[in-house]
Amino acid sequence: MVTITGVIPRPTTYSGLWGWLTTVDHKRIGALYGVTAFFFFMVGGIEAGIMRLQLAQADSDLVSAEWFNAMFTMHGTTMIFLVIMPFGATFFNFLIPLMIGARDVAFPRLNAFSYWTFLFGALLMHVGFIIGQVPDAGWFSYANLTAAPFSVGKGLDIWALSLQVLGVASLAAGFNFVVTIINMRAPGMTLMRMPVFVWMTLVTSILLVLAFPIITVALIELTADRQFGANFFNVAAGGDPILWQHLFWLFGHPEVYILILPAMGIVSEVIPTFSRKPLFGYPVIIFSGIVIAIMSWAVWSHHMFTVGLGPIANSVFTITTMLIAVPTGVKIFNWIGTMWQGSIDLRTPMLMAIGFVALFIVGGLSGVSHAVSPSDFQQQDTYYIVAHIHYVLFGGAIFGIFAGIYYWYPKITGRMYNELLGKIHFWLMFVGMNLTFFPMHYAGLNGMPRRIYTYSEGFGWEGMNLLATAGFFVLVIGTLVFMHNFLRSVKKGEPAGHDPWDAPTLEWSISSPPPVYNFAEVPQVKGQDDYWITKRQAAARGETVPAEPHIDPSTVHLPSPSYWPLVAAFGTVWIAGGLLIDFGWDYIRFPLSFVGGLIAIIGVIGWSNEPPAAEHDDAGHH
Amino acid sequence: MAHAETAHAPPVEVEEATTTGINHRKLLMWVFLGSDCLFFGSLIATYMVYRGQSIVGPYPADIVDVPITTISTFVLLMSSFSMVMAVAAARSGNQKRLIQWLLVTIVMGCGFIGFQVYEFNAFRVEGLRYETNLFSSSFYTLTGFHGAHVTLGIFWLICITIIAARNPAGRPSGLDVDIAGLYWHFVDIVWIVIFTLLYLIGGFDAGPDAGHAAVQGWNWVTGLVS
Repeated sequence: MVTITGVIPRPTTYSGLWGWLTTVDHKRIGALYGVTAFFFFMVGGIEAGIMRLQLAQADSDLVSAEWFNAMFTMHGTTMIFLVIMPFGATFFNFLIPLMIGARDVAFPRLNAFSYWTFLFGALLMHVGFIIGQVPDAGWFSYANLTAAPFSVGKGLDIWALSLQVLGVASLAAGFNFVVTIINMRAPGMTLMRMPVFVWMTLVTSILLVLAFPIITVALIELTADRQFGANFFNVAAGGDPILWQHLFWLFGHPEVYILILPAMGIVSEVIPTFSRKPLFGYPVIIFSGIVIAIMSWAVWSHHMFTVGLGPIANSVFTITTMLIAVPTGVKIFNWIGTMWQGSIDLRTPMLMAIGFVALFIVGGLSGVSHAVSPSDFQQQDTYYIVAHIHYVLFGGAIFGIFAGIYYWYPKITGRMYNELLGKIHFWLMFVGMNLTFFPMHYAGLNGMPRRIYTYSEGFGWEGMNLLATAGFFVLVIGTLVFMHNFLRSVKKGEPAGHDPWDAPTLEWSISSPPPVYNFAEVPQVKGQDDYWITKRQAAARGETVPAEPHIDPSTVHLPSPSYWPLVAAFGTVWIAGGLLIDFGWDYIRFPLSFVGGLIAIIGVIGWSNEPPAAEHDDAGHH
Repeated sequence: MAHAETAHAPPVEVEEATTTGINHRKLLMWVFLGSDCLFFGSLIATYMVYRGQSIVGPYPADIVDVPITTISTFVLLMSSFSMVMAVAAARSGNQKRLIQWLLVTIVMGCGFIGFQVYEFNAFRVEGLRYETNLFSSSFYTLTGFHGAHVTLGIFWLICITIIAARNPAGRPSGLDVDIAGLYWHFVDIVWIVIFTLLYLIGGFDAGPDAGHAAVQGWNWVTGLVS
């Protein structure tokens, strides 16, 4: 390789800390996303625990009202942006190139940039705990509670700016996966042969790139109001706080499908495998996913029924919201149809997937009940809404994510998890989840408002709240069982083999864990559920299909590691972080933010001038 | 590929075969532009929601200078023409003409930004600061982000021009210029929307004393008739 003078050579190590910091391997980036997301799952869980302990009895004074506000704000923000979305990214990263028969994503360095920007943004979000000014206006931070006079201190600035940074990370990842899925499929992998998980990733990524610019603008306006004295949500200047609600929910409703569609994709892989049947109504599942994505743009005002938009707006959004339940219901019937007369194997992933279907139906039904705007007037801002969102996001997204973790655990680690512990985890989760969130329906319909830090005796809410708090501890025990199982099995689990489930998709045709180059030979896709076709054809000849044999990785051209995504990500977050610093002198934030911009520019210039490959690397020698 | 084979290869990325036949980077640019539509769409929506809602002046009718902005709009739109010529030159491998057309595009882009700096400064002198009213906040944010897009495009074209000047043989590729061109045209198209809504339609909005914009329009029409 010709050395270009003045250009820093690409890093050559694949091992140790530098190996991880400079990696562009989609499987490693997926692992980083997964570990980070699980860490924040525990952080968000602790925040939830503090709220549950506070609410366990009437007139509790365990925490102050201010601290309670900070807890529900950070719990919601963390679970949505730092847990469920990055868990989705974990599966996108690890699986998409494997499922479409590609060597990596389309832009490996952009992928690393996404992860580092996400990590730094997540850390920036938690700076408030160090300086003692935690965001406290709720996860959707309604204007004009967020205006400078009403939210004193830096909490809301931290929230707005780090969410902006997380948006950059999500957008970069969204661009990457749209291009990867459209453009890097193996020969024969037509759109209608793609696994459903790949389809749902494509739909989710398109929603991401279209929805995030809207929250970007909303956050720009909020930041401009707070930092530069603009008037967007300033009522005294004629500004309209409802504009924030429109912008936020125009982003926010596609966002909830960004959270749930990956889980629906995972479940659509797990259920056919453990029912020993192809997915029932494959094209219908895909089209209903697309219809959900399109319709998710036409339902946002059902979050705003009580704002007073008028009977016409409320009627229209009632109808569209009820309509969006149709494609969702179609999917549920397809999953049940897949299981119908299947040879069902109740392993942990399948249990989690069935749990997903069951709990998502409950969440869907309560959702339809507040799609009816007159009924929603009774439910708005009560614990009924809290119950609903947790049935769809915990019972839905989190159960789907755990189904995926168990299902692909053998592929990712090369070892089997302990099945008994897995089943114990499932039952603890299932019981704990219902114990925590089902009573909230009753508390809510009995009038308990959400986001109150305490309540007086005599409203009849004590019993329901105590049950919910007890359920939380069942969930904690379940999570501990999962952690024990996960960590122990990485070292001591049985070797899994390349295809423990006799699964239909391409990632199971290569060894577990997958080699760094993924596929030695580019697969030729023959049809839907391609690996089942391969195995059936071999069985007809009386053969079995072994894992693809390993080759010498140094003969494969792989993207080299790079320092620059890390530098560019650091600069990006520093642009936002700099605006938060004053040292007692207000104007220091502009030069500090500018320094971040310079670092980001240096990162991008280094990135674009980097030679395409390292001169000598030790690929294959680790 | 083994290292021995690549040892003497020039440091040019080989274009990979893709499923659709569209280059990865070009597809990325299309997806980005789709995303950017929603970005500008939200900013424009904010402006339109707050149109005529400011309760203190200066109002658009007091300060917006449509003739001058018409000139700067003409300059920006003509830069799209020179960009097309640059892409054509890059495709046909005419490095000298490529550099010439890129420079023309850069100069016109700078001209547009110069007009914007002049306009912002004139507005500031006339008392329209960022925090003055709803009009100022939404106007400066929208046109400011558009100006930032143009500025980024200018830097991008400067980088391509430098690369072209340093590598007489074949770089930047037609594709490199093509992708920058996509971005440049998009920013121009956005300006057409902004110019129409903020200047041609919204530029004559007066304050609340003058009545609603629709009422003014009606008064203007009845004025013609009577």
